[in-house]
Amino acid sequence: MRGVLWRLAGSLPALVAVIVVTFVLTRVLPGDTATYFAGPTASAESIAQIRAALGLDRPLPEQFWSYVQALMRGDLGMSLTTGQPVLVDLVNRLPASAELTLVGLLIAMGIAIPLGVLAAVKQGSLADHLCRVIVTAGVSLPVFFTGLLLVYVFYYLLGWAPAPVGRLDAFATAPNFVTGFYLIDAAIARDWETWQSAAAQIILPACTLGLFALAPIARITRASMLAVLGAEFIRTARASGLSSRTIILTYALRNALLPVVTTLGMVFSFLLGANVLVEKVFAWPGIGSYAVEALIASDGAPVQGFVLTMAILYVVLNLTIDLVNRALDPRARHS
Amino acid sequence: MDRRDFLKALPAAAAAVAAPAIREAKAQAPTRNETLLLVQEYGPNSLDMQGLGSSQPVNGVALNCYDRLVSFKRQRVDDITTSFDINALEPELAESWQEASDGTSVTFKLRADARFHSGRSVTAKDVKWSLDRAVSIGGFATTQMNAGSLEKPEQFVAVDDKTFRIDFLRRDKLTMPNLAVTIPFVFDSELAIRNSGGDPWAKEYLKNNIAGGGAFKVEAWRPGTETIYVRNDDWKSGPLPRLRRVIARDIPSPSTRRALLERGDADISYGLPPKDFADLAAGNRIRVSAVPVPNAIWYVALNSANPPFNNVKLRQAVAWALPYEQIMQASLFGRGVPMWGGPSTPARLTWPVPFPYSANIARARALMAESGVGPFTTSLLFDAGSGTIAEPMAVLVKEALAPLGITVELNKIPGANFRGELNKKTAPMAINRFGGWLDWPDYFFFWNYHGNNSIFNIPSYQNPAMDRLIDAARFTQDPAVYAQNVRGFLELGMHDVPFIPIAQPFHDVAMQRTIGGYQFWPCREPDFRYLTKG
Repeated sequence: MRGVLWRLAGSLPALVAVIVVTFVLTRVLPGDTATYFAGPTASAESIAQIRAALGLDRPLPEQFWSYVQALMRGDLGMSLTTGQPVLVDLVNRLPASAELTLVGLLIAMGIAIPLGVLAAVKQGSLADHLCRVIVTAGVSLPVFFTGLLLVYVFYYLLGWAPAPVGRLDAFATAPNFVTGFYLIDAAIARDWETWQSAAAQIILPACTLGLFALAPIARITRASMLAVLGAEFIRTARASGLSSRTIILTYALRNALLPVVTTLGMVFSFLLGANVLVEKVFAWPGIGSYAVEALIASDGAPVQGFVLTMAILYVVLNLTIDLVNRALDPRARHS
Repeated sequence: MDRRDFLKALPAAAAAVAAPAIREAKAQAPTRNETLLLVQEYGPNSLDMQGLGSSQPVNGVALNCYDRLVSFKRQRVDDITTSFDINALEPELAESWQEASDGTSVTFKLRADARFHSGRSVTAKDVKWSLDRAVSIGGFATTQMNAGSLEKPEQFVAVDDKTFRIDFLRRDKLTMPNLAVTIPFVFDSELAIRNSGGDPWAKEYLKNNIAGGGAFKVEAWRPGTETIYVRNDDWKSGPLPRLRRVIARDIPSPSTRRALLERGDADISYGLPPKDFADLAAGNRIRVSAVPVPNAIWYVALNSANPPFNNVKLRQAVAWALPYEQIMQASLFGRGVPMWGGPSTPARLTWPVPFPYSANIARARALMAESGVGPFTTSLLFDAGSGTIAEPMAVLVKEALAPLGITVELNKIPGANFRGELNKKTAPMAINRFGGWLDWPDYFFFWNYHGNNSIFNIPSYQNPAMDRLIDAARFTQDPAVYAQNVRGFLELGMHDVPFIPIAQPFHDVAMQRTIGGYQFWPCREPDFRYLTKG
């Protein structure tokens, strides 16, 4: 427990740095928020009015001070692109991104880990080569391309997938907010029609993301399995006449999972920020597309809010990975 | 909240809980045939078009959820599209109006039966509060009001409950039409003030809530995701809309929007790249409404204040060198009206009008030699946000100017920076699109060519002769004087070419064959009041 607290305290300086750097970056970047939001038919006076209303005409240190003060109150500022408080936007959108990323990650794990194990056990076989091809294809196809391709084939040509209009069909209503994950909330409400609609909507974007995440997971599983399979305790197990099933699944895989779990954490946080293009193609109301829209419009508050949220998520995620590693590996518990 | 407040609030709360159930029992839920699914690139960032920094789609909220005193007269264009006549007005909230015989004011009689969504009767006091707000709130709303000589709250007089008067500051032909655009709409002022929290214009409340009496109410607004409108069954300012519910989903990717249309899952969409509209129009499964945007052009601006483009011969040389036809095909895919190859004097006294230039490299070379400007390197600014159109256009301009010894560097700037760069007015060349809501040639010229150097005068063009012609045309009452001055400034614009017009763009809207009644307005947002389905 003390270790956990110590670790949390250790991440505080990083958070402070993130706050300072994002503030400075959003101010230093070229682009004039007031001009953009005044619109193409704005006069010089209306631009000046917007600038004053946003406080952008005040000196930088003063702006920073009021930003930090607001932050202490839990106020992340207002988004100009949506007209809502950034905190409200993030609370609404983070579950959408997290749900999509988690489902994508589960799909990737479901394919990549068995594939990696198979490739390691039968090194140089057809399965190994197949693993290499799938993984290379997954990582080298840009996500928006895979997304559009899946939409074209499964929605436009075959008509198997539902219309890519976001998290739910346009005529369905969202389940009551509990976790913000529609699949979970709809199940809690026992509203299976909504659950089905949400599940149908999430399959294509999650597959798109999953395909992209295959590569790191499969490669790490393979490499780590290879290392473990060559270890002495596996040779001992074989010599003791244990079945190869027990050896691979019980002894080898459990030991090989450590680096895989660490990678999963990395891949998850990476996907959460990087699924912008998938969100665009599938009109998914997540935080990635939110941040990019804001960035294009030089809308500072949402960008700062996004970076801060991601930083906090990273800290929490790394902590979780450490805890999982401790559960998996007795050595980590005692060190 | 103390105990007494709590007890007082109880009945209201009970009513609020029971109300939906009562309403539902009375009217059946709208069927899919009465529900329109609109897919758009992005939705409104506010529900208040008068507020600071409201985005383009907010015009649609103003149009459908609020009423104005008057609207433009609807005019059928073809079997898909109904447009409007900017010179004729029709009643909306006002059932009649009368200009004073001395021409100093206009008096409106409000509809006796018009009610807000709250059920309260619309009064002249509400109209006054709303127009006072538009001229006082600042930003775009106030600029637009001023464009029609609507500048001060003292101009607006609530004579009695149902009579409202506007006193004119000056005789301005734009005053009456400017009452029909999406800015001077009428709020339920009592509701707004009650929820204003001390702000005289209730900005925060009206940004997030509708307080009006228009044909539609907002049932749900999830910024960045969707806006859902339901019909106001008690609307009296026009024929009751056929649609009972409209779902406007934000679908950022144009490819996805096109797929949704072609599969028949979405009813209507706009803002696709011109190539998609060209494809859809060529097929016959989807109907495409194409209205040349009034008053608007795509143009190449040449900075007339600084060398080298302060040389009029050089500007003419560039105008003779541009590959208009190729630009039309490769960047606009034919979705526009050519603005080149016209007669040497304006064919008609409207804006835009084809300029006399066309691709003629011999004339361009000759003018280049006359200008005395040697080979030079310059840069061309364009917006990454409208890249599907501006980028191919920029590349073609660059290629076409190379034979004249002009080396063009392309300067592609993302959205937020682009306006900033334009406003600096230092760019030697820029590609941009502009059009005013009020479709008069002198209106366009006042904002773009006048020496007061407004921020729309991208080339920083200054010419006292031009200013005299524009000023004379703006406020004259004599049609002959007006025609003479319009002809004058059009000819001068053609000769001096600080702006080289390329094309008047189409406003394209794609819809299913089952969708009818499409109405085009200057704000370009779809009007749900006239759309039909099935």
